[in-house]
Amino acid sequence: MSKKNAKEQLLEDIQAYLGADLIESKDGYAFPNILINKDRLHETCRWLKNEQHFIYLVDVFGTDRFTSEDRFEVIYNMVCLRTQERLFLKIRIEEENPVVPTVTDIWKSANWNEREVFDMFGIQFEGHPDMRRMYMPEDYQYYPLRKEFPLIGVPGSIELPSTTPDKA
Amino acid sequence: MGLESAMGEGYFTTTMDSLTKWSRSNAVWPMPMGLACCAIEMMAFAGPRYDAARFGSEVMRFSPRQSDVMIVAGWCSYKMSHAIRRIWDQMPDPKWCIAMGACASTGGMHRCYGVVQGVDNFLPVDVYISGCPPRPDSVLNALMKIQEKIRNEQSVLLDTNE
Repeated sequence: MSKKNAKEQLLEDIQAYLGADLIESKDGYAFPNILINKDRLHETCRWLKNEQHFIYLVDVFGTDRFTSEDRFEVIYNMVCLRTQERLFLKIRIEEENPVVPTVTDIWKSANWNEREVFDMFGIQFEGHPDMRRMYMPEDYQYYPLRKEFPLIGVPGSIELPSTTPDKA
Repeated sequence: MGLESAMGEGYFTTTMDSLTKWSRSNAVWPMPMGLACCAIEMMAFAGPRYDAARFGSEVMRFSPRQSDVMIVAGWCSYKMSHAIRRIWDQMPDPKWCIAMGACASTGGMHRCYGVVQGVDNFLPVDVYISGCPPRPDSVLNALMKIQEKIRNEQSVLLDTNE
């Protein structure tokens, strides 16, 4: 079976599995790029891992589309180690109360990636074992990769060290 | 001074100040604070080709207690700034600071929320080096500027201001 056939077969299988919950499917790029219904994310990921052998979750990242509807996107980049197929799985979520089910119970590697998405966009991952900030200080109030956040940051929002050493 | 003639050969007289400044300026040991790509140039500065040892900066000391000049090489994030300040506070006086490269001096191309826009926001910087990254020659030049500063500073007797 050639590589091209594997990809077509995969897209067919996904179409058959998801039906109407497969909102958009693009193959114009080097890899299949599918947008699915948020409610079926968890079971689709489990199916992809167990039935389609996508055992390698490369990355999870978010985007801010800055639209009034379905503002945020969470994208899962995974590889099937049997056919060497790469798949980009996308879901869209609204700005109010952005909550996504976690996939850490399927791929453990999602743990830090989801924490990073939470840190940068404020998207909550339901069921995540350790939903803390990844890079920014624990008490930081902003989400830096949201479009409305200023490039240079909010002046004075992160503390600099004191320039007067303690006189012991 | 005129004392040499009275004391004979083998003696010379000087002031405490010039002796102290001479010895300080020729034993400026760097504390390498390598944070990014500038650190590679800083290593070249210490290595055999550019050879900072010629100027008395004999060894890079990774212990702040044993060093005199901190070379901040690379961009500094807000999280790192606290560690740098802590190390700076651990260095014994007298001490000097070099901000190496565009990022350490001004934030450089990292004009974003996570990077301190110049380490002079929390450190008393003596010499800034331009470049991205600067050549090791520039770091030598900065070292010579530090030496010049040491030689021209006020009397060391005024240092004890307890």
